[in-house]
Amino acid sequence: MGGTENRGAGRPDRFGSLLEEAGAEAREGTLITGLPFGREIGMRLHRAKDSVALLSVPYDASLVGDPETGVLHGGVITALLDTACGWAVMAAPATIESTATLDLRIDYMRPATAGETVYARAECYRLTRSIAFARAVAYHADPADPVATAQGAFILERAGAAEAAG
Amino acid sequence: MKDPVTPNAVPQAERDALLARLADSVPYNRLLGVRFDRLGDELTGRMPFRDGLVGNPVLPAIHGGVTGSFLEITALMQLAWDRILAALEAGGDPAERALSGRFPPYPKTIDITIDYLRSGRPRETFARATVQKAGRRVANLHVEAWQESRARPIAMLRGNFLMP
Repeated sequence: MGGTENRGAGRPDRFGSLLEEAGAEAREGTLITGLPFGREIGMRLHRAKDSVALLSVPYDASLVGDPETGVLHGGVITALLDTACGWAVMAAPATIESTATLDLRIDYMRPATAGETVYARAECYRLTRSIAFARAVAYHADPADPVATAQGAFILERAGAAEAAG
Repeated sequence: MKDPVTPNAVPQAERDALLARLADSVPYNRLLGVRFDRLGDELTGRMPFRDGLVGNPVLPAIHGGVTGSFLEITALMQLAWDRILAALEAGGDPAERALSGRFPPYPKTIDITIDYLRSGRPRETFARATVQKAGRRVANLHVEAWQESRARPIAMLRGNFLMP
């Protein structure tokens, strides 16, 4: 763990943009087809490595929560942050078969901007034998200007009972 | 010229139609297929199962983000409906506006905490919200979602909402 410091991006926060350091393929991302609901809302996976995951949902009119403003529904952000946290947990350095959300707290800092892709960067910052702790931030262009932040606990199904985790 | 709307003059069928119109005015509600039944001022959200809502195809289980969304939608709709009911009771102009589908602005979510208690099975899910406090600026709500039994909730939400 601890491999998530922001290298030279000039911002002191820990949410340095993974897009900047990742290649073109990661920037584009791939449609998440394994989760039916992920596919349903066009969710994309950009990167999941070393306890950190970067996902996104491109703007779509079917995801709007306020018809007056065209702003995405909070539930879309919830789904994105939940999935990103789960992915960060699965990307932790341990043999995890599956994980399920125990609880998730979400703070909405400002409305998402209509027409713009929402990214979520999640980090699994602590792993115990049966529980993982993760946090995430949802944003458009700048992680330091978040749309929402999340923190949650996740229960783990480990592969093999005798798994020795770090 | 129609007579001005007076309190209690809005028939039940018209209220049902208005509630359906309110729910359908939000595109994301339609995507999830969320509808509402009402009994007095209490709403029950209903989300029929379909394959697109699955998060774990192996179990299969409804995506946690779908369940979370459904809880938040139920909270927001209860708050919006309470405002519309108040407008209908007030009669006159506010009632006219609501009845013509010009709904008051939606509340905004400040923060929510979701507890996932059981996995959502591939069947219809229900949810009901309780307004713990309806302040002038902020409302606090609890919402529970369940499937086969109200006594066995699959998820719960606590949240604060900014009133417009």
